[in-house]
Amino acid sequence: MKPMIVNTLSMYIPTTQTNIDMELKGKERIWEKYQKEIPLNDYYYARSCIRQNFWPGSEQTFIRILQDELGKNILDEKHHTTCSGIAYHCDVVPLETTMTIVARQFSLMSESGYKHFVPSCITSFGVYTEILETWHEFPEIEEKIRKMLSEATGRTFDKPEFLVHPSDVIYALRNEILQKAKYRLVNAKTGEPLKCVDHIGCHYAKMFPEKGVGGAEFPHVLVGMIEAWGGEVVDYPERRTCCGFGFRQYMVQANRGYSIACTKRKFDSMESYKPDLIVTNCPGCPYFLDRWQYVIAEMEGKVYTDDGYGIPVLTYEELAGLVLGYNPWELGLQMHQVSVEPLLEKMGYEYDPTDKYVVGDKNINTRPETPNILKIFNHGEKE
Amino acid sequence: MSDLIQRLKNDVRIKEGLNACIHCGTCTAICPAASFYNYDPRELTAQVQEIIAKNDEKALTELLSSDYIWYCGECMSCKTRCPRNNIPGVIIEALRALSQDTGLFAESEKGRQQLMIKRSIGEWIVDYGYCVVGDKLNLNLFPEQGPNWQWVMDNMKLVFEKQGAHYMEDGEGPMRKVPEEDLEELRKIYDVTGATERFRIIEEVSEKKAKEMGLQFDETHDCEYFKHVYTYNSNKH
Repeated sequence: MKPMIVNTLSMYIPTTQTNIDMELKGKERIWEKYQKEIPLNDYYYARSCIRQNFWPGSEQTFIRILQDELGKNILDEKHHTTCSGIAYHCDVVPLETTMTIVARQFSLMSESGYKHFVPSCITSFGVYTEILETWHEFPEIEEKIRKMLSEATGRTFDKPEFLVHPSDVIYALRNEILQKAKYRLVNAKTGEPLKCVDHIGCHYAKMFPEKGVGGAEFPHVLVGMIEAWGGEVVDYPERRTCCGFGFRQYMVQANRGYSIACTKRKFDSMESYKPDLIVTNCPGCPYFLDRWQYVIAEMEGKVYTDDGYGIPVLTYEELAGLVLGYNPWELGLQMHQVSVEPLLEKMGYEYDPTDKYVVGDKNINTRPETPNILKIFNHGEKE
Repeated sequence: MSDLIQRLKNDVRIKEGLNACIHCGTCTAICPAASFYNYDPRELTAQVQEIIAKNDEKALTELLSSDYIWYCGECMSCKTRCPRNNIPGVIIEALRALSQDTGLFAESEKGRQQLMIKRSIGEWIVDYGYCVVGDKLNLNLFPEQGPNWQWVMDNMKLVFEKQGAHYMEDGEGPMRKVPEEDLEELRKIYDVTGATERFRIIEEVSEKKAKEMGLQFDETHDCEYFKHVYTYNSNKH
């Protein structure tokens, strides 16, 4: 028997239609502050330092889904750069430097005729949000930055009308993606929904909860995708804990104990729920959740799945790409250290396992070395 | 008021991040750094509050010279839950900025690590247009990347090509070569906004500290001092 869903904010049991209507309106009103306005077209796209290195297929897939599947307009131009957010949160560049680089990004958006700024990175999303809020509260700082940008580059800029993260966009378009879906997040053999862990980047909504779908308390941006595409969300104790990037705590080798300890805490907490996959919306999170599984296995002999392959970690674009039936090796899933094939097999996915590490000339047949503990799929062979 | 304390108070992040703390400890309960290091964001907030209230320049100098300000991971979980809208993570940003601009960062083991960050992320921004550059992230510096990343590095251009990208080539796309005119704009922004000056201080003070510690110092990633700050952990944290 399913448990009854109780509105914990209501102290009464609605017994009349009027009371039921009032309660629904009350719920809508409460939920309103967790909503976010997301424009559905005409995006200026800014790439991410981490994502374009480690998950280039994800950024390409975002553009492919928008342009080719859904007929949206998105500008991918060559003159934009980093926002310097990682350097800022590693504290090596001054606040004014980051603000002025961000102002230059806005200048590029303005001169291209766009008003909807979409940064691929969550750190960037947080940085842009923080800067716009600071300028709003301290207009004299915005003036100072306008002068600095002009002095350095001769540029001026308009602020964006909307600042949204690509995961907001995919969330808003999740049902349109579903209409074109070739696969669902369902175990093809049992018909059961796949158990999905959602991991939200800290800087998406922890700093400015009103800027994220569902805020910091009920982040819904990935849950919405998982549920729309047929999966089941895993709720586990350390669900909202940081992945362990910690900026300088990972960048410097001497500090990396911080990073792996954080990640391990999450895996220890989610293990008993036996998740089929983890989906993330941040650049660093899939990196740490993927790479530290390999390290934990090599250091301690510990693997978080019974089959010895580990838990596949995906970006939301990769997940959307799989739902749409894209070639997993064009999505870039071979760049993950944890093999994704166990997930593909559960989904009943049609793909060419031998194409995984084939690059360039078909005759070039390269293979990565095999870890000592963590099992991997290699050219379709289980190792 | 002491000049040093005035500089701290002038930072917009102190204005934004420090309101009267009620010592509830919620920030500490949720802080990943507090669960790993001997670090307590509640204590940090109280300390800075007291330093400003008592105009205690000596205590501020000690704090800026300590490891204590370098433990936070800036996840900003503290921002979400503080009932008084304090943001210890943002207070930390202001302290770290001042520690570097005064050269005091080199007085602590964790602070000295800024040289590595300056010579990697800090310089890559103006050399490549991004904070991270894949072919710099070799397994010697980042062994946790694992054998799959080594395979990617060995076949970088082809692996990227398969995903529709052109590694370090002209045009749009992931890991494209950022045009020189854009890098030049970033360099000028560095000059105008203080990043170039901060970098000069980091190099100058690090060189002095290297001499004091008897470690060889040059501009490369191979010098003794660079390797020391990158890898040394006294395990007293």
